[in-house]
Amino acid sequence: MVIIAAGLGVLALASALVLNAFRSNLVFFFSPSQVMANQAPQGKAFRIGGLVETGSVKRADDGLTVRFRVTDTAHTIAVVYTGILPDLFKEGKGVVAQGRLGADGVFAATEVLAKHDENYMPPDAAHAIEQAQKAQQSVIIK
Amino acid sequence: MIPEIGQFALILALLLALTQGVLPIVGAARAIPTWIRVARPAAQGQLVFVAIAFGCLAWSFVANDFSVLNVATNSNSQLPAQYRFAATWGSHEGSLLLWVLMLNVWTVAVTVFSRHLPEEMVARVLGVMGLVSVGFLLFMLLTSNPFERLFPAAPDGRDLNPLLQDPGMVIHPPMLYMGYVGFSVAFAFAIAALLGGRLDATWARWSRPWTTLAWCFLTLGIMLGSWWAYYELGWGGWWFWDPVENASFMPWLFGTALIHSLAVTEKRGSFKSWTVLLAICAFSLSLLGTFLVRSGVLTSVHAFATDPKRGIFILAFLTVAICGSLTLFAWRAPRVGLGGKFDLVSRESMLLANNVLLAVAAGSVLLGTLYPLFLDALNLGKISVGPPYFDAVFVPLMTPAVFLMGIGPLARWKEASLPELAVRLKWALGVSLITALLLPFVMGRWTPLVAFGLLLAAWIIATSAVALKYRLSRHDGNLWARLGAQPRSYYGMLLAHCGVAVFIIGVTLVKGYETERDVRMAVGDSVMAGGYAFRFDGVQEVTGPNYRGARGAIDVSRDGRHIEVLHPEKRVYNVQQMPMTEAAIDTGIFGDLYVSLGESVSGGAWSVRVYHKPFVTWIWGGCIIMALGGLLALCDRRYRVPARRSEAIVAGGGKKRAGVSGAAAG
Repeated sequence: MVIIAAGLGVLALASALVLNAFRSNLVFFFSPSQVMANQAPQGKAFRIGGLVETGSVKRADDGLTVRFRVTDTAHTIAVVYTGILPDLFKEGKGVVAQGRLGADGVFAATEVLAKHDENYMPPDAAHAIEQAQKAQQSVIIK
Repeated sequence: MIPEIGQFALILALLLALTQGVLPIVGAARAIPTWIRVARPAAQGQLVFVAIAFGCLAWSFVANDFSVLNVATNSNSQLPAQYRFAATWGSHEGSLLLWVLMLNVWTVAVTVFSRHLPEEMVARVLGVMGLVSVGFLLFMLLTSNPFERLFPAAPDGRDLNPLLQDPGMVIHPPMLYMGYVGFSVAFAFAIAALLGGRLDATWARWSRPWTTLAWCFLTLGIMLGSWWAYYELGWGGWWFWDPVENASFMPWLFGTALIHSLAVTEKRGSFKSWTVLLAICAFSLSLLGTFLVRSGVLTSVHAFATDPKRGIFILAFLTVAICGSLTLFAWRAPRVGLGGKFDLVSRESMLLANNVLLAVAAGSVLLGTLYPLFLDALNLGKISVGPPYFDAVFVPLMTPAVFLMGIGPLARWKEASLPELAVRLKWALGVSLITALLLPFVMGRWTPLVAFGLLLAAWIIATSAVALKYRLSRHDGNLWARLGAQPRSYYGMLLAHCGVAVFIIGVTLVKGYETERDVRMAVGDSVMAGGYAFRFDGVQEVTGPNYRGARGAIDVSRDGRHIEVLHPEKRVYNVQQMPMTEAAIDTGIFGDLYVSLGESVSGGAWSVRVYHKPFVTWIWGGCIIMALGGLLALCDRRYRVPARRSEAIVAGGGKKRAGVSGAAAG
């Protein structure tokens, strides 16, 4: 009996720990359109995704700070990142970035992900573009 | 022609698998000896046909038969021969075939090393494994045929994913699959026990070596994957909590719990139902892992395949396998009984606590892996669960587990005394505390994290030494005689535990003292990392068999003394036009020097990653030691000559078998 009670106690404690850690470490995904519509949280890390706008990649003199724009074909968002970009980061290709939205409206990325396959679009990025195109179409139909 | 032979062999294998899955199980239930005897030949025949199929596929790859879709999509005539062979399991279809081949190898191993087991038991075990095989063969034949033809044939193939063109990736999947599939033996033994209503110490002794062996393979498989990610992905990480990694880690956690629970069932007859449940969980998660990676529901480097038909088959198969076995468990487990009683302070209770912690850990990984998929599937939004979650969960969960790992081997079965344990362990505690307080100063900088990690590692090693000392004091004779009197499984356990300690040291010191510098380097520029100076001497063009690229030269020196020149590469593979980073690593026992090229920025300058990773090899070394510990335990005499004793208990009405010298554990 004591063992069962102790076991349940441990289990409850562990579950509480797990769920608490889970809740505070979820990272939500927003498309550029959603960010423009102010749906993204201020001061909390989140992910954005879309295509790297062609011609938007600019490198600073230090060689490591990169500025580019992410688009879901309806809206774009400016991103700044310091570090080495993944091999498959390319203009016109899909990208997902994690970071925070600055007060100046520039998304400061701490992590940039581009997946390893030349045809492969990160599903999050594909989703963002799909949503934006749907939204545009429905506007046209109206 | 050859691919058609392979296809035909697969169909024949399916028929044999059906026979192997149905007749022996029904025969065992209805006591029909002829049906029971079908199990062994059916299993062996199935291996022959699956091996033929695998051989045909491998031949198609090696011989560049681009009229086979699978070959055309995953190979290329310029690909070196060894990678063409490895490409056999580089694709979704091929890896399933490898999975089935492994399953058949395990099954035939069971037929060979089970001569001393009762025939009904063997029939049920082989039957269950046959049913698993049916599921996979059907999946292959219906949705993922590896031999599908392409008409007209492609002039050349689309090449193997360059990330997989690496020796590590050649052996990683077979190892991992040996582990995954190995748990099917433990699972089959558990289901057979539920079906037969017999679950006792002998049952545990039979399934233990199989489980341990599978666990060793899985440990090595995960370790190889982690090592591969470290040197191949080019940014020096060794574990990303990526869903694909989690998929292999969850069965490992359950497998670890299962090994320990089986020990209790064998020694004390306790935890019976729990052991069976763990065996079901370990294998279910192996299935889930295989399918998570192979169905394309995940979004990561490993997930290439996408096809909804596959997803539905997988869900159906998982549902049947998991719900079926859990229903059987709910129905039959009460009959199995709980087994011996034990006190709140006893080795059993500590092992139980460890088991619960491991299971909760596996559950938390499952939550973090599947929850984003569920949300996405239900259109409730897109989220990701990153490393911070897993770090936040794992450290608090594993800390008490490591603490108990030190006490458990010293505690008595059934009833242990806390004061006695405290007396025995006070030195171990003292030694670990002193290590934790002082060693970080020697390393250069004291941080709470490093001290804490070293405390855990020192605790494991010190308590293992204390446990060995007390164990030896119970025997007479000189030291060598006393050391020789201990069973190998005991040394295996100590070794595996020390492997965990080595692993913890590696993780702690890398996290605590690593230097990572991402810098822009022009020719002649130098950067310092971990006390070493790295000078960039420019890049040159290189041409490989199936790629072109740039090869950098980075001169490493320490205090003005030249050490070596590292050559990181940036490659672009010809066929897929995919850029790849090849890091240059100087591996050492006390630390790695890691350099990889980012991209060419301007005027001959490159962005470069320059890392110093102290003790990083200890992470994989620890895993290897764990696996060696498992192998050592497998060599234990009681698995090799268990026949006489178990037969006396088991045989009952059955006839005595001659030639019982066969190894039970392989």
